[in-house]
Amino acid sequence: MITQAKTSRRNFIKGVIASGAAASSSAYMFGVSGCSNQQVSTGGVERLISLNVNGMTRNVDVLPNETLAMTLRYKLGLTGTKLGCDRGECGACTVLVDGVNLYACSLLTHTARNKQITTIEGLESSDGILHPVQQAMIDELGPQCGFCTPGQIMSAVALLSNNPNPTRDEVRRALSGNLCRCGAYDHYINAVMLAAERGI
Amino acid sequence: MAKDMMPAFELYQPDSLDNALELLSRFGDRSWIVAGGHDSFDWFKDRTKYAQYVIDLNNVNELKGINETSEGIEIGAMTSLTEIELNDVIRQRYSLLSDAVSRVASPQIRHIGTIGGNLNQDARCWYYRYGVDCYRAGGNSCYADTPEGQNREHCLWGASRCVAVSPSDVAPAMVVLEATMVIASANGLREVPAEDYFIGPNIDIERMTVIEPGEVLVSIKIPNTWANAMFYFEKVADRNTWDFPLVNISRAMFIENGVVSRIRMAAGAVECIPRRLSVVEQVVAGSELNEETAELASQAAIRGATPLNFNHFKIPLLQNLVKRALRA
Ligand SMILES: Cc1cc2nc3c(=O)[nH]c(=O)nc-3n(C[C@H](O)[C@H](O)[C@H](O)COP(=O)(O)OP(=O)(O)OC[C@H]3O[C@@H](n4cnc5c(N)ncnc54)[C@H](O)[C@@H]3O)c2cc1C
Ligand code: FES
Ligand code: FES
Repeated sequence: MITQAKTSRRNFIKGVIASGAAASSSAYMFGVSGCSNQQVSTGGVERLISLNVNGMTRNVDVLPNETLAMTLRYKLGLTGTKLGCDRGECGACTVLVDGVNLYACSLLTHTARNKQITTIEGLESSDGILHPVQQAMIDELGPQCGFCTPGQIMSAVALLSNNPNPTRDEVRRALSGNLCRCGAYDHYINAVMLAAERGI
Repeated sequence: MAKDMMPAFELYQPDSLDNALELLSRFGDRSWIVAGGHDSFDWFKDRTKYAQYVIDLNNVNELKGINETSEGIEIGAMTSLTEIELNDVIRQRYSLLSDAVSRVASPQIRHIGTIGGNLNQDARCWYYRYGVDCYRAGGNSCYADTPEGQNREHCLWGASRCVAVSPSDVAPAMVVLEATMVIASANGLREVPAEDYFIGPNIDIERMTVIEPGEVLVSIKIPNTWANAMFYFEKVADRNTWDFPLVNISRAMFIENGVVSRIRMAAGAVECIPRRLSVVEQVVAGSELNEETAELASQAAIRGATPLNFNHFKIPLLQNLVKRALRA
């Protein structure tokens, strides 16, 4: 047990170093979890891996049982990806993996290795110009409380890259895996239609 | 619902079926296959099931894709539901399957959720998922089948201690299409017809398919038998997205000279396995499709149905779905 605790302490520290800016939130998260500090790996995947996030290569210490949402938020500091249900039932955690919208809460980070991960933080261009979907959300007053907005935007971006001129119904269907507790659905659809009109 | 880490496990990511089978035989019943993970991780997060060795099949490319063969098509178990939904051959020749798949869960789940995972998903009984020691979980009671038990989603047939239903929208379509499930283990391959693949609590209460520890569903073969038939799929659920069926219906049919020459139908979420509606098929085969046939068929469909306290509504629901399927 003592050796276990020591190993995990060391791994934990490595994790914090790798995570840089997110050190404090990761300490909060893993401090309360109670299961990650028991972790000793004797086989299976390597923990120190590189991820391609928003066009950058990030080296991270990723536990085998870690979801992409955890890695993004608590190791890479990309807290734009929200955690609502953590069960694939709300869509707040939606990110793009190789251009496809997925729930980051229900995907192991290790499964997303060698893939291009895009989060809400990765949408604006390097000179700070917002993605057309983001701009349209602002112009149409899309969000209400805003918690579900990053996920809605990621689903909309995935849709428009396959189908630049969707019908309202196609938008509705494409965003159907993103719940909005405030019920701002129509506003979101208006925004996506506007973004499509302006062209991506 | 805690948003913390899943309990620790060791993760293996084999890149071939052989390696996956080797890992499964090495770790035996301490291993767990993960495909899209949308069923698996919920169990782990809720701490209701646990495995020390998780075998992620996402790198096993030989289990992915849809191929045309001389006998029909073969779908790799790791093919995503979205890929099946969008596949041209399936849309043209087996639209029953693309329709059924398109109604599963939500877009994000279909993008990574696999056909193998969908057909092997576990029961969706509230109580069982909550982690109580019910029969299915190895205990000695059923919490759903009590006077207060919430059993609106549960079965009309086949109760045997457990009253959970088969939750899949795709499984009944596979039964209708007379699919064959190809299963691999360290001992080789075996093939099982879809109709025998799903098992009820009377056969084994702790699992829902014939898959044994150490086995992997490799692919699903769909024969030409029902290619280009007249298909009908309908699902009724409380919500349009994310919601499991209250009842769903799948039908394949050929009409010759004004009468039904061949028909096969199955319903989901009324029994622990997809329920083949053989009686309906018998009533309908050889008849003209008219209101009388639909009425007779809908009465035949519910023979022997035994509702629980809160799921009587499934009886008229199934009847109406049968009628609609025969009017279409
Ligand atoms: C919120 C939500 C809503 C849903 N709604 C619906 C719905 O409306 N209709 C519906 O049909 N489904 C629904 N589902 C189920 C969803 O389709 C399944 O969770 C998904 O298809 C399972 O696939 P997966 O690849 O993610 O499975 P996983 O979780 O990876 O696997 C599921 C199970 O199958 C086993 N398994 C996976 N692949 C194989 C294989 N090749 N060989 C042997 N065993 C294997 C795993 O060990 C595990 O026990 C829903 C799920 C969620 C989370
Ligand atoms: S947090 Fe991932 S779907 Fe809700
Ligand atoms: S804007 Fe509040 S949850 Fe969608």
